[in-house]
Amino acid sequence: MKDVEDVATADPALDFVQLLTPDGVRVQHDDFDYAGTDADLAAALRDMVLSRRIDTEATALQRKGELGLWPPLLGQEAAQVGSARALKPSDEAVPSYREHAVAWCRGIDPLELLAPFRGTDMIGWDSVATRFHLYSFVIGSQTLHATGIAMAQQLDGRVGNEDPEQNAATIVYFGDGATSQGDVNEAFVFAASFNAPIVFFCQNNQWAISEPIALQSRIPLYRRARGYGFPGVRVDGNDVLAVQAVTTWALERARNGEGPTLIEAHTYRMGAHTTSDDPTKYRSRAETEAWRAKDPISRLRTYLMNAGAIDQVWLGALEVESVALAVRIREGCISLPEPRLSDWFDRAYAQTPAAIRRQGDVQRAREEA
Amino acid sequence: MPTMTMAKALNAGLRRTLAADPKVLLAGEDIGSLGGVFRVTEGLQAEFGRNRVIDSPLAESGLIGTAIGMALRGYRPVLEIQFDGFVFPGFDQIVTQVARYRFRSGGRLGIPMVIRIPYGGNIGAIEHHSESPEAYFAHTPGLKVVTPSNPNDAYWMIQQAVASDDPIIFLEPKRRYHDKGEVDVDLRPEPLHAARVVRPGRDATVLCYGPMVRTCLDAAGAASEEGIELEVVDLRSLSPLDDAAMLASVLKTGRAIVVHEAVGSGGLGAEIAARLSEALFHALAAPVVRVTAPDIPYPPSRVEHGYLPNVDRVLDAVDRVLAY
Repeated sequence: MKDVEDVATADPALDFVQLLTPDGVRVQHDDFDYAGTDADLAAALRDMVLSRRIDTEATALQRKGELGLWPPLLGQEAAQVGSARALKPSDEAVPSYREHAVAWCRGIDPLELLAPFRGTDMIGWDSVATRFHLYSFVIGSQTLHATGIAMAQQLDGRVGNEDPEQNAATIVYFGDGATSQGDVNEAFVFAASFNAPIVFFCQNNQWAISEPIALQSRIPLYRRARGYGFPGVRVDGNDVLAVQAVTTWALERARNGEGPTLIEAHTYRMGAHTTSDDPTKYRSRAETEAWRAKDPISRLRTYLMNAGAIDQVWLGALEVESVALAVRIREGCISLPEPRLSDWFDRAYAQTPAAIRRQGDVQRAREEA
Repeated sequence: MPTMTMAKALNAGLRRTLAADPKVLLAGEDIGSLGGVFRVTEGLQAEFGRNRVIDSPLAESGLIGTAIGMALRGYRPVLEIQFDGFVFPGFDQIVTQVARYRFRSGGRLGIPMVIRIPYGGNIGAIEHHSESPEAYFAHTPGLKVVTPSNPNDAYWMIQQAVASDDPIIFLEPKRRYHDKGEVDVDLRPEPLHAARVVRPGRDATVLCYGPMVRTCLDAAGAASEEGIELEVVDLRSLSPLDDAAMLASVLKTGRAIVVHEAVGSGGLGAEIAARLSEALFHALAAPVVRVTAPDIPYPPSRVEHGYLPNVDRVLDAVDRVLAY
């Protein structure tokens, strides 16, 4: 037993892919390299900064009582932006409930993200056009849906074509806690059995509400993949270069018909699980502070400044954009249209039974009284 | 008598069962250092240790399935499901295994397990956090289903549930977790599966449970101002139902209204209405009327107040049964 414990608590830096250190220095890796330019990285920095702004504004809106709840993404911007930027428009992205930065990269309006948490809507965004699927709150359930989407892509002949434009893959997001669920393990089995074009993207943020990763797994999560018959890779989840490089490779494997990959993005949930949670009850300030030094945004900003790719003027312009976004979120949130209950009676079925239509009529009459 | 919230009363009741019986175990997600997302188990891990108050990996099927194994070795597991909407990954283990183990073994082997589930709405939550799944469990032979409506019942019923040799689905009305009430720790409690008349009346019987008891008492208070005296019965046990108590009250009043947050179709109200009409057909002065959620999934929280039964809708139903 001791050996297993040693592996689980070993320094993850020994076996994860990192291309940018917390100090903002680019480093080489034997197997992976970031293929983009510094201009691409500046675009990634913009996505990360604006996603964080969406997140901070949403958290503040919850504190003011304008949202019922909010699950913050704080600290996970590189994992989300790096993986989302590896996607092609034809790929499908299937989120959990914290993928606000992936949503941003897929073109989802931040106000559409807020609406379910304000309780004015269920999930209103266009998941067909954006290929960014519905948030999923039942832990791990979406990994099976994503595997099915990938199996359908395969049935549709979107895998292994000579023309890469014809190929597509699916990425599914889930957390470390979800890996304990039966659904996730069944998804691994189905994906392997059918060689589905899927990337299992696990953001290991170290905590499932109050439960540390050690309670979910006694070996690094990425190593589980081998047991199911496909490769697993651990990446520094706070390094957007490494995340994008590894995800690009895994998606390309999937599109080429080489099957599933598990990516474990080693990151940290800097905030609470949700705004209802109090992390001071179960984890130390020292741990959180140690992770603050690995912040995904500051290391990229440092690198780009040192490389001369951005300057204070560029950052100033980004701040102006960020402030404008914040204003739009604050004003837009309180102006989100109020729902009417009577509008929901024809949304549970394609062909609403007459008795339920009558219930809707009663409700409408009540609202108009 | 101490005054405490329902959450604290459950905590106190669980503490007593842990202290009294070394075979009692608590398990669930985040129940240890966090004390559960509703703090019902707060402090219990510190007091009784990690072997008796167990943080479970994030897997409801695993939580319930492994607890079956522990029960087979003589333990009495008390499990916490974090929210009503998250019980379903464990539903297979509950319905095909927990409920049937005694029957499958020819009556020899029981599973003395309690599955605590916070349930019901009106807390402004995101989806899957406001469900009322009681009918699935009440429909399943082999399970017993109970739900307290106040701190005193919560304190006693959780202890009685743990003492039960049958598996108990213990539904906790989460909107009432922070309501305060007196808890009589020296009481000799009434039987777990007995209903209780919580307000006597003569004109109609209101049958309700869990989160709706407070609502129905408020409705009865309002009706009383207009000279209508409602008898409010807190069912407390949904499986088995206390037929004798229900029939006695409705025999007296001749009229019955059933109120629950769960959707109407296939719900407890339908079962209760059927039993009343079968037993009291000639004594009923009016059809049994149900006040429930409509037959659609739980809506966005901004409109949940219209979805859930409230005082006005109960009073509308009172008018309908009195109009006969």
